[in-house]
Amino acid sequence: MLEKALRGSKKYWTWLLILVVVIAIGFFFYVRQLYFGLGITGMSRDVSWGFYIAQFTFLVGVAASAVMLVLPYYLHDYKTFGKITVIGEFLAVASVLMCILFIVVDLGQPMRILNVILYPSPKSMLFWDMIVLNGYLFLNIIIGWNVLDAERNGVPPEKWLKPLIYISIPWAVSIHTVTAFLYCGLPGRGFWLTAILAPRFLASAFAAGPAFLILLSFIIRKVTRFDPGTTAIQTLAKIVVYATLANLFFFLCEIFVAAYSQIPSHLAHLEYLFFGLHGHGVLVPWMWTSIALVVAAIILLVIPQARRNETTLGFACVFVFIGIWIDKGLGMISGGFIPNPLHEITEYVPTVPEAIITIGVYAVGFLVLTLLYKVATGVKEDLAG
Amino acid sequence: MENSRRRFLKTAGYSILGVGAGSMLIGLSAHPTKAAGSGPSAASLFKQRPENREAERWGMIIDTRKLNESICEKMQQACHSIHNVPDIVGKFGNKKHEIKWIWPTEFRHAFPEREAEFLTEKLSHKSIIPVLCNHCDNPPCVQACPTKATFKRESDGIVMMDFHRCIGCRFCMAACPFGSRSFNFRDPRPAIKKENPDFPTRMRGVVEKCNFCAERLAVGKNPACVEASEGAMTFGDLNDPESEVRKLLAEEFAIRRKPNLGTFPSVLYIV
Repeated sequence: MLEKALRGSKKYWTWLLILVVVIAIGFFFYVRQLYFGLGITGMSRDVSWGFYIAQFTFLVGVAASAVMLVLPYYLHDYKTFGKITVIGEFLAVASVLMCILFIVVDLGQPMRILNVILYPSPKSMLFWDMIVLNGYLFLNIIIGWNVLDAERNGVPPEKWLKPLIYISIPWAVSIHTVTAFLYCGLPGRGFWLTAILAPRFLASAFAAGPAFLILLSFIIRKVTRFDPGTTAIQTLAKIVVYATLANLFFFLCEIFVAAYSQIPSHLAHLEYLFFGLHGHGVLVPWMWTSIALVVAAIILLVIPQARRNETTLGFACVFVFIGIWIDKGLGMISGGFIPNPLHEITEYVPTVPEAIITIGVYAVGFLVLTLLYKVATGVKEDLAG
Repeated sequence: MENSRRRFLKTAGYSILGVGAGSMLIGLSAHPTKAAGSGPSAASLFKQRPENREAERWGMIIDTRKLNESICEKMQQACHSIHNVPDIVGKFGNKKHEIKWIWPTEFRHAFPEREAEFLTEKLSHKSIIPVLCNHCDNPPCVQACPTKATFKRESDGIVMMDFHRCIGCRFCMAACPFGSRSFNFRDPRPAIKKENPDFPTRMRGVVEKCNFCAERLAVGKNPACVEASEGAMTFGDLNDPESEVRKLLAEEFAIRRKPNLGTFPSVLYIV
């Protein structure tokens, strides 16, 4: 099947070339980071995790969202999703790959990464994150590839895939749960120290991921002869609206607890993010933009006419995706570090090299996604004749 | 053709899986002896020096009443010069990448949850509270570390670092509720004023922090800051009722930073 990725139009090759160039530029800056150290990023003693870990957190969510296609199809026999589950699984593959790369570029001593396996530490959540992420990567590539292969050959998928598919469902939940546990189990970081962090991560994941899948479906429909189907897109849209509402609800619960109890160690972070603290507030406009985008998206999505109109649906999905990206990819991580445990404020803004390395990692993800989607849509096109 | 290729791939796949699982098992089974370090075999191989100081749980009491800014500065200098802590701020002018093992701060920063509106002049305006790693009895940083590069020494409770095992993930920095850990955002060596050949320097990309002067305890000395503190700091075994620290605690009321988090710091303050 891989040969399908080797035949394509001029546009296809140009797109791949652009990605490769972006990756090369990103890699160049990564080599500089390797030589100089993480000092070329905006991170500091106080904000010791930044853009990389935030992107990782956001993308774990995108990866987990594949389950929103897999679960209805395999557990509820919702046939409409049958032909696009592979789109979700391949998105998961590309996303998890980016997650792993973001962890690697965030390490101060990446060449020592095998120490995590040489000295396994089950008390560390990072150890479990390594296991669930790698497991999820393999599950999705094995399932997606084999089911697609069976579809191409006109035979039912092999029997041994069934248990893997069933395992992949709770596994998807586990990757984002463990990722939330990285943060919410830390004493003294009031912003993350909340039991609702994992549910909130999952809700925002099931909003942003399917929103992205809808956008990808629009693109697939435009550049290939494969149509993911209007019904499938509309069902996804309903998933997006429910998940976005759940996310907003969880967020408001969070706000209530912090604002009503007024415990400073919890409230200070939210104050910093939304109003600024002691004159510091680089993220304030971003956070309000995020809220505005999510609210606008909810309005568009709950109105049936707007949801059924693919133009407004497209806008709503872009709003959800960017809104949640700001929340998780900007606010969630640095917000937890500001103020620091001594109640001092050091602000965080990513640097240009840091942003370029980040874009480079995204380009790797999009390269893998493009190749996998080329194969998948190629097979689907052949079947359609 | 198709069939044999498939069979080959299958065999290759299983072999990789087998090798992977096998090495994992070896890693898991080999680990207890490796990590123990101070187990019976290691203890007989490596003898302690006769002057080595032993304790069940080292602790420190800081009497801030006896401190002023200049003593605090001397303590920091003593510590940082002995441990090759780079002067990042002085050399590169970058406060964000600062490395510090012990540093004086104001009461409201050392004890942010102890909201005190009406403090004495000295406590509200002067940086006279030295803060350092608390060598918690229940250290969250140790739990967070994915490689056991930071660990609590079984014998005396000191929370230590293996700079050579640290992968620089900075999970421990997020886990520490006291902001006691620093990360080498760049090569620290050019910023070391005068290198002490008796203590290792660090490279970029690893975390570091106070080690309660484990290397000085091993040769019978007190920690450097205690020596420089002009009597404001007392160091000893918290588990020994006859120790100096316990005698002091029997007389004075001492507080710890963020006791509500359950980490049980081994550094106490008399304010």
